Amino acid sequence: MPPAAAAGKAGTTRIEHTTCYMCACRCGIKVTLEDGALRFIQGTASHPVNQGVLCAKGSAGIMKQHSAAKLRQPLKRKPGTERGAGEFVPISWDEALDTLTARLANIRSTDPKKLAFFTGRDQMQALTGLWAQQFGTPNWAAHGGFCSVNMAAAGLYSIGYSFWEFGAPDWDRAKYFVLWGVAEDHASNPIKIGLDKLKRNGAKFVSVNPVRTGYSAIADEWLPVRPGTDGLLALAIVHVLLSRRLVDEEFLIRYTNAPWLVVQSPGKKGDGLFVRDAAGAPLVYDQKAGALASGMDIGTAPALFGEYETPDGRRAKTVMSLAVERYMDERYSPAAVAAQCGVDAATIERIALEMAHVAFQETIELPIEWTDVYGRKHDKVIGRPVAMYAMRGISAHSNGFQTCRALHLIQMLLGALEGPGNFRARAPFPKPIPPAILPENDAAVMNAPDTPLGRPPLGFPARPEDLAIDKEGRPLRIDKAYSWESPIAAHGAMHNVIANAVAGDPYKIDTLMLYMANMAWNSSMNTAGTQDMLRAKDKSGEYKIPFIVVSDAFHSETVNFADLVLPDTTYLERHDAISLLDRPISEPDAVADSIRHPILPLDRDVRPWQEVLIELASRLRFPAFVATDGKRKFSGYPDFIVNYERAPGVGFLAGWRGADGNSPLRGAPNPKQWDAYIANKSFFAHHWKDNQKYMRFVNRDYQEAAVAAAFIGKVEPIVMQIYSEPLQKFRLAGQGLYEGPCPSEAEDKQRLADFFDPLPDWYLPLETSRIETDAYPFSAITQRPMMMYHSWDSQNAWLRQILAQNFLYMNTRSAARLGLADFDWVWVESHAGKVRCQLKTMEGVEESTVWTWNAIGKQAGAWGLDKDATEATHGFLLNHLISESLPKTAGERRLTNSDPITGQAAWFDVRVKVTKSAEAGAWPVFAPIARLPGDDAPRPEVIRWG
Amino acid sequence: MTTKKLGLVIDLDTCVGCHACAVACKEWNGASALSGPLSDYEPYGKEPSGVWFNRIRHYETGTYPQNKTINVPMSCMHCEDADCVTVCPTGASYKREDGIVLVDQDKCMGCNLCAWACPYGARELDESSGTMKKCTLCADRIENELLPPEDRQPACVLACPTHARHFGDLGDPESGVSKLVAEREGFGMLPELGYKPVNRYLSPRSAPQVPLARSAAPAPSLSERIAGWVNKLVER
Repeated sequence: MPPAAAAGKAGTTRIEHTTCYMCACRCGIKVTLEDGALRFIQGTASHPVNQGVLCAKGSAGIMKQHSAAKLRQPLKRKPGTERGAGEFVPISWDEALDTLTARLANIRSTDPKKLAFFTGRDQMQALTGLWAQQFGTPNWAAHGGFCSVNMAAAGLYSIGYSFWEFGAPDWDRAKYFVLWGVAEDHASNPIKIGLDKLKRNGAKFVSVNPVRTGYSAIADEWLPVRPGTDGLLALAIVHVLLSRRLVDEEFLIRYTNAPWLVVQSPGKKGDGLFVRDAAGAPLVYDQKAGALASGMDIGTAPALFGEYETPDGRRAKTVMSLAVERYMDERYSPAAVAAQCGVDAATIERIALEMAHVAFQETIELPIEWTDVYGRKHDKVIGRPVAMYAMRGISAHSNGFQTCRALHLIQMLLGALEGPGNFRARAPFPKPIPPAILPENDAAVMNAPDTPLGRPPLGFPARPEDLAIDKEGRPLRIDKAYSWESPIAAHGAMHNVIANAVAGDPYKIDTLMLYMANMAWNSSMNTAGTQDMLRAKDKSGEYKIPFIVVSDAFHSETVNFADLVLPDTTYLERHDAISLLDRPISEPDAVADSIRHPILPLDRDVRPWQEVLIELASRLRFPAFVATDGKRKFSGYPDFIVNYERAPGVGFLAGWRGADGNSPLRGAPNPKQWDAYIANKSFFAHHWKDNQKYMRFVNRDYQEAAVAAAFIGKVEPIVMQIYSEPLQKFRLAGQGLYEGPCPSEAEDKQRLADFFDPLPDWYLPLETSRIETDAYPFSAITQRPMMMYHSWDSQNAWLRQILAQNFLYMNTRSAARLGLADFDWVWVESHAGKVRCQLKTMEGVEESTVWTWNAIGKQAGAWGLDKDATEATHGFLLNHLISESLPKTAGERRLTNSDPITGQAAWFDVRVKVTKSAEAGAWPVFAPIARLPGDDAPRPEVIRWG
Repeated sequence: MTTKKLGLVIDLDTCVGCHACAVACKEWNGASALSGPLSDYEPYGKEPSGVWFNRIRHYETGTYPQNKTINVPMSCMHCEDADCVTVCPTGASYKREDGIVLVDQDKCMGCNLCAWACPYGARELDESSGTMKKCTLCADRIENELLPPEDRQPACVLACPTHARHFGDLGDPESGVSKLVAEREGFGMLPELGYKPVNRYLSPRSAPQVPLARSAAPAPSLSERIAGWVNKLVER
């Protein structure tokens, strides 16, 4: 064989460690460069996220770097041409920044909320959120409103941490694992590593998913649930557990609000709120004293069940009494829900009993001494080794918040949270329920010129007073987040921004600034309509959205609609902080963060978006970015990351703080912090001691460290909330019984009264309740394949070889009933629109579900691809079928097609019919996008890489 | 003394079909002096395709709802009786003493006879170089002393997120891979064809049987079920 090949050429090889950017996992990567050029990307063996492995996207990073779609220089829309026509002229960075600074300065000094700044799949929300707050606009959010807010909000209003980003299953110790609605792309390597561990350990893996691919392919048992009915299935499991009294009563009494007393005064103010003492503490009935006592006290023996009289003579029941009355009712029995959710009654009952067996007969005890927040010593931790995880198929439905709460209810009943073998928290979580961050909602502050917001744009409302509405009850935010229409919109509602801004509902804006968000294509519902909106003009001939700024590294469909294009770098060309202030990469056993640093020199006239934000913040003299003498505080992004402190000693990076780098988690700025990260393979991990790893909602050993690190404010019990009082307050407002703001419009009253149940419940997805379901017999859902994530992997010369055309997948028997066969071209039609695509049949899809790969379809000419690329001619988007608004009923105002609680885009609710098409070819067809000026990227017929 | 038989063991119980192995392979071998580059045709064009050493196939067994999806990565099996070597008219295809089947790119004339001889579809003709390409078991990694010892593995094995891929000497009964094969009753693909494939696959494990929690049958009516719940004295 030849001598040591490429990677071994002495003297020319350089190894760098940095962080992948291909999805939200943010794995550590070890990059080998030869003569300065990329040679090989592999996983970093010691990294807490990926432990050395790497997915297809990560390994294909080389071809992302070589993409023909890379933007090369700042551009402005060619004067005299129409927006969306794709005609641009190159400009200098000076001109781009001067233009933008002038425009933003004018907005900021007149009406700051006329800037809407929304980011897509970015990993720097701590910076963009700070920037928006300093600008003074409430109109900022990232893409969580159409991605994961139902998971985050349901968790943070129930258990203090959440599925998706703020918790992870204990893969090493779980003996029974239920995966609910997780598409192939969430989350990548940690789940794969974990599933292997489960299987080696002999644990049982159950997947609840309408589609059997990816993770579900290797499940020991597959439950093909009907889309949107997971909540019914979960509550039937609750029914079985409660009816057979298979619950952890000690866990419920000690760690949840199950014994708290709830006022029972239907039709009167205060109904459904907790009975509280003068200090505001919730009350329980103490069986030892035979009297009411504070639910926060220890030494009591709270009654789990019963009806009691309050000091002011009202009746009150325990949460647990309300729960058993609710869920043991026949309407939640397996037999009652089986037909609707597509899983037979015997199976539901068996799954519940298997979970209960593992929880209660295969209990784990670890001899770990720990101290609780009350100061009591414990000599062991107990694990009821059932773990669950959930994501897309739960979150993207209009009943997703309540469904996710139903999953957390199962965990609480089993006492299967934060113990060995459970779903466990990732620092900086758990946090108080809900976290004590309120969104800015003062109209005067929002309207004040040249003034930062007093609070962050996003937070967690606990009551109607926290909504961002004006005196008349109208939304203060352009996306209507925190309005009566979506009160707990903790991630904002990016999917509403364009439609609302164009409608001037609730008001018009001046500038829409988008970062890495493909809103003109696969990240919008109603794609063609959205493109029309971006082009829409008023009577005077002005664009209804007057100015659109797009920053991206690549030529997306949305770049085509920009008035100003600010080209970003790739992930290998810039500094980044993957911060605990943002979306943490911690694991249950270690708090962690990481960085990126430039390992390739720039060969184009592009700038990191982070640097542009720091530059704009300095030019616009944001208080946090300029000194009292008016001079800029930070020379650039790396300097900002080192020296900005959110609170004393708390910055974007937690590792190697302190002047000498010896203060982990908290300490003074360290001028050599970047070097320390780079020397440590670009990540920081602080491993928790055994006594800090479990039961952290009441673990003093952990919480003292968490307070010191500023993760939480104080050491205190975080009591899990089976019954959500914040939801009840909103429901009372809908009923006109709240002592505070109440909505005036009938739509809001009805939605609050119907959907804000303080106990987890299930309701029909909103679109389904408004259409003729017989006319649209299929649910249509999507997922991203494991080797792709969001829209930008089709530009990858290797990955698109694996998948360039998406098909509509239908169950073999369902297709036969409709006379459809593999490779037939079919029309797929919803109440909102239709697409033509090609069909394939399979066994592994529930019979009333069709599905496809998400975001494979491309507008011709985008993403550096040729105009006749398969993605454009044969690929398709389901987005065309999904309306951003609900089907209207007579006399009703326009309502968002979203979860009524969180505003999460309900893109999994869509129902369709499928019919054979006489013609072939994907439809609708969009006009091709022209090449950008200066695009001289080679697109050879053959690449011989290497 | 046993004969060395280097090869892969692939666990179909944990393969989720993610293509990580295939792309890591493409990445390493595309720039490998041993057999790279691996050409990509129409990389930004109408119908992208290219040369891969390893492709993942997806199959379904059974009918809904008793169906199962199986993901099967397929690459060179490094057969003991490798017909691809026998049929090669130029001697380009050869089998090393350690069992790895390789193609000498300087001798190959791209006649395709070996590809026709291979029942596993493991060989792909690179139309640009006019030569045959196939899995090398990363021969330039596994013995590469310039790589740290832990990296001296085929790229596919290093990358696999579910650790479904294992590399080692299947001729040594004491090796980790041989023990794994013995424990899980690993099998070779299409043994009836007689080429004695070295690579082994592990079948999906049977699902664990979980007992049901013991409990009394629920009372028939809601009120009786509610009455069944009585307070216990549990101290906070």
